[in-house]
Amino acid sequence: MRRQRRRPSRPIPVVAALQDWLAREGRAALETLDRLIDSPLGTLMTVGAIAIALALPATLFVALQNIERLGGSWDQSAAVSLFLAEDVTDEEAAEMASLIGARADIAQVELISKEAGLAEFREYSGLGAALDHLSENPLPAVLSIHPAPEIRTRAQTQALLAALEALPGADFARLDTQWAQRFHAIVALLRTVSLLIGCVLGLTVLLVVGNTIRLEIENRRGEVQIMDLVGATRGFIRRPFLYSGAWYGLLGGIGAWLMVGAAVLWLQEPVGHLADLYHTQFDLSGLDLRASAALLAAGVLMGTLGSWIAVGRHLSHVEPD
Amino acid sequence: MIKFDHVSKRYPERGEAIKDLSLDLAAGEMAFLTGHSGAGKSTLLRLIGLLERPTRGQVIVNGRNLASLPQRKIPFHRRQVGMIFQDHRLLTDRTVFDNVALPLVAMGMRRREIAKRVRASLDQVGLLRLERVLPSALSGGEQQRVGIARAVVARPPVILADEPTGNLDPELSREIFQLFERFHQVGVSLLIATHDLDLVASMGHRTLRLHQGRLVADSGNW
Ligand SMILES: Nc1ncnc2c1ncn2[C@@H]1O[C@H](COP(=O)(O)OP(=O)(O)OP(=O)(O)O)[C@@H](O)[C@H]1O
Ligand SMILES: [Mg+2]
Repeated sequence: MRRQRRRPSRPIPVVAALQDWLAREGRAALETLDRLIDSPLGTLMTVGAIAIALALPATLFVALQNIERLGGSWDQSAAVSLFLAEDVTDEEAAEMASLIGARADIAQVELISKEAGLAEFREYSGLGAALDHLSENPLPAVLSIHPAPEIRTRAQTQALLAALEALPGADFARLDTQWAQRFHAIVALLRTVSLLIGCVLGLTVLLVVGNTIRLEIENRRGEVQIMDLVGATRGFIRRPFLYSGAWYGLLGGIGAWLMVGAAVLWLQEPVGHLADLYHTQFDLSGLDLRASAALLAAGVLMGTLGSWIAVGRHLSHVEPD
Repeated sequence: MIKFDHVSKRYPERGEAIKDLSLDLAAGEMAFLTGHSGAGKSTLLRLIGLLERPTRGQVIVNGRNLASLPQRKIPFHRRQVGMIFQDHRLLTDRTVFDNVALPLVAMGMRRREIAKRVRASLDQVGLLRLERVLPSALSGGEQQRVGIARAVVARPPVILADEPTGNLDPELSREIFQLFERFHQVGVSLLIATHDLDLVASMGHRTLRLHQGRLVADSGNW
């Protein structure tokens, strides 16, 4: 019956060969999976070790992503320094401060008067007494303004800056970005560190898979020998071991994905609570589709590579020298 | 079908196991290989199956000079040569069916075709009813017949047997030899190493006698 159904596709040899190949590979892959399931304890231990090794860098990745997102939202709510025109008196400045402070899009305003600014400058610049010889205070008054938490996007911030600059008596407004730059530098450092950790743990996956496959080869030495005697090619003999490695990697990747997902779920509430205390809102994000696919692909790749190395080193064939 | 041309095989630690040996086995011929222990019978068979390479001389199987066969072509050569061992070399954790199917699986044959061929082969050795059994549940004679079914399942033109009846009583040995006789009748070339001289004599086939790696007698009874 099956033969009759197959007939129509027979005339194209390439298609038929491809079908055969797919069927063979699929069968080999499933048979290998069967074997892994047949020894659940050993499989679970290997998969668990791989899952942990993959979960650590994945967690770091998620943490970094969230920190960056958090940094992004802070970026937008960074303090604004509004420099006032020189002819604005301290009284007028105070009036402006209370006016601005009353706006809905402003959380807090602090006035740094001309004198206070000079005193601060004297202290930090180290010029000290030299400044006493100035006949006039050259510094403008400054309003240090914290926007309301609703001001999150760059566009909103830009609009706010423009609105503030348009006020009578205002000279220009500037976003305080120094701390944000530090923040980004730290994030970049963390990213490098986590890349390093990812590499080390990737190596761990290679070793774990390699060792497991080595034992598998050891256990099946008799079978390998007989396959050799009956005319199996090297590729044929290697194939199940490579599939084993790929399966370990894939299952480990799935395990890691579940671990990260569980951790994100677990932390969702405490993080939300913490954000509440800071009067902001923040949803912890997990692995998106692309990152998830990358995680699984990394697992499969490492698993296959690990078994490939083990097979190359430990699979000896019955061959004349 | 099998031709040895001044072949020598030296094992570094044991000296020459085969010394300047020449022989010619025609296609479809059945021959016995005798000689005391250590005479080089197994070594000679291993040279044909390319489990070893000769130190000197050439081995030609089915018109192909094995010396010029690259490593990656060896599996395809072994598919032309069915090998049977005294200790059967069966996989103990696979059923009789799966054991016999191994050469066909290795060739990448389709499942349906495999089932057909395996059953035909098991039928030939009279074990069809035991296909689902593990080898450990079989007697020595039955295990050897599984080994034979595996060697012939891919229908190789050459069959080599290394003391296939070494552990069997005379009655079972005779049955096994009769099985070989049947393969001979359908045109397969067979070379059988054995100590069973009475049986060899009673069957009246060509007999090659080895002594210390040399061919010392060739009863060209063909
Ligand atoms: N792998 C090997 N390494 C070293 N020496 C070997 C090896 N195989 C066989 N020999 C030596 O080669 C000689 C021939 O051995 P071979 O196994 O061919 O004899 P045989 O005729 O099959 O003997 P038996 O009847 O006992 O099986 C012996 O001296 C043996 O010790
Ligand atoms: Mg021997």
